[in-house]
Amino acid sequence: MIQDCTWAIGGEAGFGINAAGAMLTKACSRNGYGIITSNEYPSLIRGGHNFVSLRIASKEIFAPKASVDILVALNKETVEFHKKQLASDAIVMFDPKDYEWKKEEVGTGVTLVAIPLTELVKKRDGDAVMRNTIALGATMVFLGKELSFLTAVIKDMFAKKGEAVINENIKIAEEGYNYAKSNFASVTSHALAVGEITDPKLLMNVSEAVGLGAIAGGMKFAAIYPMTPINALIPFFNDNAKKFNIVYKQPEDEIAGVNMAVGASLAGARSMVATSGGGFALMVEAVSMTGIMEVPLVIDLGMRPGPATGMPTWTEQGELHMAIHAGHGDFPKIVLAPGDVEEGYTLTKKAFDLADEFQTSVIILTDKYLNETQWQLSASVVKDIKEVAVTTTVNASDLNDTPVFKRYSVDTKTGVSPRSLPGMKNGEYIANSYEHEEDGYTTEEAGVRVAQVDKRAKKLQTILQAALQPIVSGDDNADITFVTFGSIKGVIREAMPILSKAGKKVKHIHFAWVYPVPVGVGELLSKEKQLVCVEQNATGQLASVIKEATGISIKEVWTKYDGRQWTVEEIVMKAKGAGK
Amino acid sequence: MADIFTTAIKPTWCPGCGNFGIWMALKNAITNLAIPREQVAIVYGVGCHGNMRDWMHVYGVQGLHGRAIPLAQGLKLANANLQVIVVSGDGDCLGEGGNHFIHAAKRNPNITVIVHNNEVYGLTTGQASPTAELGFLTKSTPAGVVDPPFNPSTLSILAGGTFAARGFAGDIPGITDLIQKAISHKGFSVVDVLQPCVTFDKVHTYEWYRKRVQNVNITGEKLADRLAAIEVARLWGDKIPVGVFFETALPTSEEREISLENDPLYLRPIPTAEVELVVAQLK
Repeated sequence: MIQDCTWAIGGEAGFGINAAGAMLTKACSRNGYGIITSNEYPSLIRGGHNFVSLRIASKEIFAPKASVDILVALNKETVEFHKKQLASDAIVMFDPKDYEWKKEEVGTGVTLVAIPLTELVKKRDGDAVMRNTIALGATMVFLGKELSFLTAVIKDMFAKKGEAVINENIKIAEEGYNYAKSNFASVTSHALAVGEITDPKLLMNVSEAVGLGAIAGGMKFAAIYPMTPINALIPFFNDNAKKFNIVYKQPEDEIAGVNMAVGASLAGARSMVATSGGGFALMVEAVSMTGIMEVPLVIDLGMRPGPATGMPTWTEQGELHMAIHAGHGDFPKIVLAPGDVEEGYTLTKKAFDLADEFQTSVIILTDKYLNETQWQLSASVVKDIKEVAVTTTVNASDLNDTPVFKRYSVDTKTGVSPRSLPGMKNGEYIANSYEHEEDGYTTEEAGVRVAQVDKRAKKLQTILQAALQPIVSGDDNADITFVTFGSIKGVIREAMPILSKAGKKVKHIHFAWVYPVPVGVGELLSKEKQLVCVEQNATGQLASVIKEATGISIKEVWTKYDGRQWTVEEIVMKAKGAGK
Repeated sequence: MADIFTTAIKPTWCPGCGNFGIWMALKNAITNLAIPREQVAIVYGVGCHGNMRDWMHVYGVQGLHGRAIPLAQGLKLANANLQVIVVSGDGDCLGEGGNHFIHAAKRNPNITVIVHNNEVYGLTTGQASPTAELGFLTKSTPAGVVDPPFNPSTLSILAGGTFAARGFAGDIPGITDLIQKAISHKGFSVVDVLQPCVTFDKVHTYEWYRKRVQNVNITGEKLADRLAAIEVARLWGDKIPVGVFFETALPTSEEREISLENDPLYLRPIPTAEVELVVAQLK
């Protein structure tokens, strides 16, 4: 029995690679397994090659593994492309009709499992595309599961297509199961121990978690110009627009999108945009406008390797500096960086309250790795979605006696002034991108200018009071203290127990709230023996943000900028040689 | 009747500026249509025209240069009860914001765009705008404009707009009528207002326009004929047609949004029960 197994399937686009991955993912998640599902893009290796890998474990997991334990090859190329990733004792399932693989071609420790996928489908009068279902059926044998593990999900996923389709799929899965059972019953090396997770899990990528968090945060309007890696958010909003009671608009460009969102926000609808670095570059002037107009806006900034078009379908954390410094002029803003699917949901929900409360832009930094990997989120996290409670909008009835509404009143301890919404009688003001008087009318008068800048700056202090402290875990007396933000969280979380077992004293300080850097971070970091900043960029952007805020110079900065996420194995290897 | 739109700020436009006429006509139109002041949201572009915000008491939004139209669409989608009007210029909505102008026409939101069209960038002291005529001498084109001009009316008609009119800033009753019709029209309505710049343009004076503008009176089926409208709107020279060139009824951007029935968007509650159904599918 093994506790942890990475299963992968590859083949041409149209072979049902994603469908097979989705089915097994659901089956594992419902049966108490920890699961993380990653997709590789068609364009990466060769046009039309699809590849999905699932890390399945009996406990909760926080990062995928690089090596593959069971590879299902629906064509010859899948083995050619991925044999380097194979674990030394891997199982390779293939159709001898594609190519008759020999051990010496893939590795001597590898178990070759030849299954006549095409033939078996034909035998049951199935469609050629259903080879994936044969493979899934056979997979059950190698994972040591009954066929019912799979059939329950088949019934669900094809429910809309009717009984006949369900039965056909089950019958095909059965064919694969039976074939493997009668020919490879001796292959028991990868039988999975029982799934131990008891609380119900939802499956989603972080883009969808951001979407769900937005809905729970009261978002009503989203304008999103398509861009990798935030595209999964678009169908999530668009397909559910009616149910969610929202408007999703595809604008002509990112500039239009962000301005539409600002317009909707001015009218009182919680609004957001989502993009990647290139699109965000186009939005930056409007981010600055949210600073002076003091209008709430949430921005999902999905990072990918730059500069410019860079490597669009790979991952990076190279936009932290850009997010923090986006926008000309001095004004406060907030930058959050979810480290996992749960934070994707909770921080996005919170972002809408923060934006409303402080009347400025809140940027949520996600990345390709988080956004396009499927994760599990405890269903209990998403429970009890209520009406939004936080607002700085006045009641229309309070405006009766106001001769001039002071939308930008400087008479405020927090720096936040009350706002009226168009349509409210006696609340008229100018939402002005020029410097303005308290009622919004344009001014170039020195005293008023200073008063307004000071008022807006005051919000920074108020924001700092609301800031979330870094999450600290691990050994109090650590030799190595990892410092991270965003998606590195899960990788470190996986590496920590491995390092502890190897005798390393390790600690993790993680920033989910990155900017403004919370008060007390300097003191927190100064106590550590050896700080190691682990980042997915070339220059150590978090380390430099920390230095700017605290004066602490983190000497050890591990950077990675090849577009591939830091792996647990890489962290463990590097850490074993550090902190002596 | 008292002017309810007055603010404490006095206009800073040059004496004789065409903006005065447009401003007066806009106030007349809102008054004649009896739209409550708080229901009017005017989104201003950046340019001399945009300075109107400071002497116009309504909900105003002064956005970034070129971006008034997307701001206006956002406002309208979030609160369809608002009367959303864009006060823009030839540089603002055909130069910097040209992409937004044609895409808004394509979408047909129920908003009105008034183009203060004077062929120059007045605020930056008189450079040529996208509507400047060939050969026109300006600060940025001392040898004359070499690129042909845009025509706001033909552009909006061709891109899918559902109301196009042209007026002359020297004819306040005329443009009052056009703005009123544009606001009353359900859909993307554009009023191109020919406006003398008394400081930076010594050619296109009030007199120059008065000699040339000619009212057209297009009615009935002809008014909904896109190609015929373009034929009229493109005329420019010794005779410059003014009036309503085109009007047709098509579903608006807001009407085409599946979730925009009933209450304005910004008042919608979170549909917790429906969200739970979506969440259940993720198990």
